[in-house]
Amino acid sequence: MKLKDFIATNAIVAELQSSDRDGALRELVSSLATSGALPDGTADEIITALIKREQNGSTGFGKGVAVPHTKHPKITKMVGVIGRSVNGIDFAALDNQPVYSVVLLLSPENQPQQHLQAMNIVFTNLQKDMFRRFLRQANTRESIVELLDEADQGK
Amino acid sequence: MPKASRDIVVSNKLGLHARPAMQFVDVANQFKSQVMVHKGGEEPAEADGKSVMQMIILAATEGTPLKIDAQGDDAETAVNALAQLFEDKFGEGE
Repeated sequence: MKLKDFIATNAIVAELQSSDRDGALRELVSSLATSGALPDGTADEIITALIKREQNGSTGFGKGVAVPHTKHPKITKMVGVIGRSVNGIDFAALDNQPVYSVVLLLSPENQPQQHLQAMNIVFTNLQKDMFRRFLRQANTRESIVELLDEADQGK
Repeated sequence: MPKASRDIVVSNKLGLHARPAMQFVDVANQFKSQVMVHKGGEEPAEADGKSVMQMIILAATEGTPLKIDAQGDDAETAVNALAQLFEDKFGEGE
């Protein structure tokens, strides 16, 4: 599995406007909905589910990245989006630091293997200092897509 | 340095996703011992049991064999507590 197999590149938000977690989640889900990557009428339910998931335990795993995720019965194929914040978002991260890069993942129900594989590829890249640094510096959708291409080619 | 290890199999339906990975790391961090987790099966890998990211990267699905290795004064207790999490299916009930 590669990043571009599930990241909706036309929904990537290079500059999130929100400085709070819930606002950032809304922006990213709205962008996915606008790009046509979500089943009709699911955006609000998905936002609610993502916020609830965060309240149960932050997906801000440290190092300036967060990976909010949830499942939805109407999602049939794994889909994700990336958001970048210039000033940082308060995500109640494990290390109490602001989050600059958000990788949001939506999974179908009853597909735990697909979900784990996507998490594997996301975190394999997020663990790399260079990937995190480039993602933080990529200030256009095109440069983020380019970074994903390079990551998928194992550069 | 005392060592302890335990072979377990991931038995919860959702596998070692973010929440159980964090739960594992939280418990691992209660001990002084170093904790390593080795994944067997078709795609072997290993993770620092105190790193959430590394544990998530294992992507251990239901049925995956894992070996928990601890090294330190409290290795035995640590391994017991960590193996118990898998036995309890991380509180997921299935």
